[in-house]
Amino acid sequence: MNYHINFNFVWKYADKLYWGLVLSIELAFISILIGCVIGLALAVVYNDGHPWLKRVVSAYVEVVRNLPLLLLIYLIFYGIPSIGGFAFDATESFVLTLSLYAGAYLVEVFRAGLAAVSPGVIDAGKAIGLTAWQRFAYVRFPTMLRIVLPSLSNAFISLFKDTSLASVIAVPELTFGANWIKTNTFRAVEVWIVVAGVYLVVGWILLAALRLLERVLMPGRRT
Amino acid sequence: MTDPLVRITQVKKSFGSTLVLDGVDLDVPKGEVVVVIGPSGSGKTTLLRCINALETYDDGSIKVDGVEIGFRGEPGGPRKRRSDGELARIRADIGMVFQQFNLFPHLTAVENVMLGLTKVRGMPPAQAREKALHWLDRVGLSQKTANLPSQLSGGQQQRVGIARAVAMDPKVLLLDEITSALDPELVGEVLSVVRGLAAEGMTMVVVTHEMTFARDVGTQLVFMDHGHKIAEGPPNEILRRSDNERLRSFLSRIEFRQDG
Repeated sequence: MNYHINFNFVWKYADKLYWGLVLSIELAFISILIGCVIGLALAVVYNDGHPWLKRVVSAYVEVVRNLPLLLLIYLIFYGIPSIGGFAFDATESFVLTLSLYAGAYLVEVFRAGLAAVSPGVIDAGKAIGLTAWQRFAYVRFPTMLRIVLPSLSNAFISLFKDTSLASVIAVPELTFGANWIKTNTFRAVEVWIVVAGVYLVVGWILLAALRLLERVLMPGRRT
Repeated sequence: MTDPLVRITQVKKSFGSTLVLDGVDLDVPKGEVVVVIGPSGSGKTTLLRCINALETYDDGSIKVDGVEIGFRGEPGGPRKRRSDGELARIRADIGMVFQQFNLFPHLTAVENVMLGLTKVRGMPPAQAREKALHWLDRVGLSQKTANLPSQLSGGQQQRVGIARAVAMDPKVLLLDEITSALDPELVGEVLSVVRGLAAEGMTMVVVTHEMTFARDVGTQLVFMDHGHKIAEGPPNEILRRSDNERLRSFLSRIEFRQDG
C-alpha cells in the first residue's frame, strides 16, 4: 500500500471545518428550539385538545416520521419554490425542514411525558387553587420535563448529527466543509477521520451538558 | 342558628350508568370534624372530591360558606357549570389532603407549601417562605424543609401535604384516607398532626378507615353505603349501634382488619 496518511492538508483548510462546525451548531440549536416549541404545543393539543385536532397532530407525526429526512430536505428545498413560487436559501430551507422533523419526534416525547404526570399531582394543583394555565406552568410542565429529559438528550444528539444532511443542498456546515476539502485535496481519509472526531467530541460535550442538567433538575435521583 | 359551613343537599352523581351518590345530605357546622366511613365503593371519596369540585355532581347542591361549588345561577333555575377560573378561586379556600400525598415532585418541602401562597394568594416569596416554614415546623418537619418528596418517608410526605393545605388558611379541610398508603408505624405521626388541628377548631371532613381516630377526633360520624347515607350521629353512638345490618357487618370487617 502506498497511501501515506498526511493531515497537513486538513489543517491547511481548518477554517472551513471551524466555520462549518459553527454553522452546524447554529442549525441544530435553532431547529431544536423551534422543534421544541412545535413539539410542546402539539403535545398539549394532543393531550387536552378536541379529538379532531388530535387526528391532525397524529397525521403530521406519522407523515414526517415515515419519510426519510433526506427526502424531506429535497422535498422542501426543491418542492416549495416550484409550487409556492417563493424561493428561500438553502440554510433557511434546511432549518425549516429540520424544525418540522424535530417537532414530529419531540411531540411524541412530550406527549408521553405529559401523559406520565400523575393525575393526583394535577389534582393537588387544583386543590390549592391554581388555574389551568398555572397548573401547566408550575406543575405539569416542570414535572413532565424531568420525566422526558433522558429521551430529550437522545433526540437532541440525533438532531445535531442530522445537520450533516444539510450538505446535500450545499449548506456550508461541517460535512459540507469536509467534502470541500476532500474534493480540493483528495485527502478523503484524513478529512473524514478529523470530522468524525469533531462530531464525536461535540456530541459527547452535548451529552455531558444534558446529563449535568438532569442532575441539577433531579437531585437525589441516580441514573 | 347560623348556617353550617358546608351544606350538602340531595347530591347525585353517576359515573356512566353507575350511580355513586344517590341523594346525599350532609351538614358540616363550623369547627366540627365530620368523619365519613363506609366500604370501598360507597361513594365517600367521591362525595369528598365533589366538595372542592375535583368531581362534578349532576344534581343537588353543595355550598361552602354559602357559595354553590359546582354551578352558578339560581337554585331551581337554569344552572351553568363554573369556569376553571371560578373553580380555582373557590378551591383556594378549601384545603385537601390526598391518600397518595400528591406532592409536587420537583419542588422541595418548603416550595410545595409556598406554591399556593405565592401563585394563588399573591404573597411575596419571603413572606410565603416564612409562613411555609412555620407550618412545616408545626407538623414537625423543620429539619426537612429543603428535601424533595422523593427524599422523605411516606409519613413525612403526608405531613408536608397537610402543611401545604392548611398554610392556605382554608375554611374547611378535606382529608381523603390520608393514612391508607402509610406503613402502620407512620400512621400515628400523621394523625397526631390532625388531632392538633381539630383541637384548634379547624373544620374538617374526613374519610378514613381508622376507627380509633374517628372516635377520638370526630364530632360526627357518617356511615355511607352504595351512595346513600345510612347512619349519622356522635361517633360513640354510631360505633356501638347494632340496629343496622350493613353498618354492623362493615364494622366487624374493619375490626377484623385491624386485628390482622
